[in-house]
Amino acid sequence: MRELTYAKALREALIEEMERDPNILLLGEDIGVYGGVFKVTEGLLARFGPERVIETPISEAGFVSAAVGLAMTGKHPMAELMFMDFAYVAADSIFNQAAKMRYMSGGRAQVPLTIRTQQGGGRGNAAQHSQSLETFFTHIPGLKVVLPSTPYDAKGLLKSALRDPNPVMFIEHKLLYNTKGLVPDGEYTVPLGKADVKRSGTDATVVTWSRTVLHALEAADLAAADGIDVEVIDLRCTVPLDIDTVVESVKKTGRLVVAHEAHRRLGVGAEIAALVQELAFDYLDAPVERVGALDIPTPYSKPLEDEALPDAAKIVQAIKRVTYSET
Amino acid sequence: MTLSSADLRRMYRTMLLIRRFEEQAVAFFLSGELRGSLHPCIGQEATAVGAVFPLRRDDYLTCTYRGHGQAIAKGLDPKEGMAELLGRRTGCSQGKGGSMHYTDLSVGLLGENAIVGAGAPIAVGAALRAKLDKTGQVAMSVFGDGAINQAALLESLNLAAAWQAPVVFFCENNLYSEMTPISAMIGTTTLAERAAGFGWTTMTVDGYDPIAVYQTTMEAVEHARNGGGPVFIEAMTYRLFGHMVGDTEPYRTKEEVAEWRARDPITAFPQRLIDEFGFTPNEIAEIEAEVAAEMEEISRFALQSPWPDVSEIGEHVFA
Ligand SMILES: Cc1ncc(C[n+]2csc(CCOP(=O)(O)OP(=O)(O)O)c2C)c(N)n1
Ligand SMILES: [Mg+2]
Repeated sequence: MRELTYAKALREALIEEMERDPNILLLGEDIGVYGGVFKVTEGLLARFGPERVIETPISEAGFVSAAVGLAMTGKHPMAELMFMDFAYVAADSIFNQAAKMRYMSGGRAQVPLTIRTQQGGGRGNAAQHSQSLETFFTHIPGLKVVLPSTPYDAKGLLKSALRDPNPVMFIEHKLLYNTKGLVPDGEYTVPLGKADVKRSGTDATVVTWSRTVLHALEAADLAAADGIDVEVIDLRCTVPLDIDTVVESVKKTGRLVVAHEAHRRLGVGAEIAALVQELAFDYLDAPVERVGALDIPTPYSKPLEDEALPDAAKIVQAIKRVTYSET
Repeated sequence: MTLSSADLRRMYRTMLLIRRFEEQAVAFFLSGELRGSLHPCIGQEATAVGAVFPLRRDDYLTCTYRGHGQAIAKGLDPKEGMAELLGRRTGCSQGKGGSMHYTDLSVGLLGENAIVGAGAPIAVGAALRAKLDKTGQVAMSVFGDGAINQAALLESLNLAAAWQAPVVFFCENNLYSEMTPISAMIGTTTLAERAAGFGWTTMTVDGYDPIAVYQTTMEAVEHARNGGGPVFIEAMTYRLFGHMVGDTEPYRTKEEVAEWRARDPITAFPQRLIDEFGFTPNEIAEIEAEVAAEMEEISRFALQSPWPDVSEIGEHVFA
């Protein structure tokens, strides 16, 4: 094991998979000479050449659909959207083309395409550069949706995505790139659709993903100081959704908080709350709580942005509500 | 179109104010007062002012995250601009938008934009409105070379031509789209010829010559205003700063930057005012002193402004 940043772990996954599979190629803006604005593709142009690390014009609609064409004809492209917010520009390519091609063709076509991007707020990038949009990709059938929270998962999940025969939205968080964690020296993968119990506990379950996992673990520590023993589940993927792990935990704790940085309204938390009441109604001792970003565009100013986004304190409050503790 | 001494003075004063404003913004970024990302227009003041001064106050303008200069030239209060960068209640967006979203309808500014290319079709819509209501206004969109490859921008080239909208596209070709040379990203030699293919009138200009920029743009604006249809201007310019604060600039050489810096309009223009237009060194010094005093006031205002109250957070989602 070594300690690596999330960015470096992702870079290792790309290098290993590109060495393993000559059909993998990268497309994106500033991914070549500059190595990507978050430096994930640093050195890859020199290593793999311009036919496998393709610098694109600022043409998200065009190059994501071109990646669909590459994927349908035998390549395994990894298209990079510099910011999640630009996925709207490529919305037709993702939702009408990549997601539906296999189904519409009755299984004759397949689209082994990974779309890497990063999302999230907390850095003062304002409304068009801070959004968390996993809800959209989770809603539209045909896309797998991956949201790693640690360097270990980032590497292992990206390797799985690059071996998957389907379109995968691989969603990183801009404030995780410099976080560090242990990563094995040798080969490993993390399967898509398997949640990870980050901390076990008996009093309440917090289900979360991406950067909010860090807030949830901090919240669990704070709650522990008040004698509340919290289980934290990192969902890792919203499609496929490992609801079994969530239900199993709720059967033990009887209380559930879902926390994510995407807007609360109709967020994936709403889906999980609905599934849990279908599958474990008799085990619930309190209404399911949802913690999410306020339903407003992300404001720029720090006091406003802090108020808009979830954090450990807001998760603690939700934990206290589901456990009927003093707040 | 000849420019009076007063016009020239105002041009230089505004260019210098923009330079100092951007330098102060960088300083605030480095000291942690300004967050997010900052894309200074340092080096591009001649296009900021030369493109926008030919517009009337009620003409419309869309620009980009690199648009502080154009916004100020259009009439946005720089005090409100700086307060916005510091996230304060007195900012032009009350702290909600930050650096990339300056908007002020009272001076025709329909917004900077953080999505590359997105401002162009919005300007076409504003121009169509002016045409439908016969108001005599024109709309301008300022964007970079890289934006020319966005679907929305290419579609807007056709929309404006089909509608004969009174719109001017002003493309600041600073040779790079973010960190990538534009020459490697297109199949033509110039950007203007692409607009020509859509049926636009096209012009090209040296973006480091504020007078040439002004005159070319004035001709384009009048052409559009008089029903001549859309005009595309390609101005050759250069950033004397990174794409954003923090850009490590591995994609360009020090020599290339030095070549352009030798022509820096902020030093070349006042010299030219002395050499060709009879300004005295004293008059130039006076402008510099005025700008320095104004900048001090701008920074003081921004720093002393209150933060927005969290109770206002939900305001402005809907009208
Ligand atoms: C749709 C979209 N794609 C990518 C980006 C990221 N991005 C911001 S600025 C920029 C480069 C734009 O270059 P250019 O249009 O030449 O303008 P300049 O920055 O040089 O002024 C890129 C790729 C974005 N903001 N929006
Ligand atoms: Mg450019």
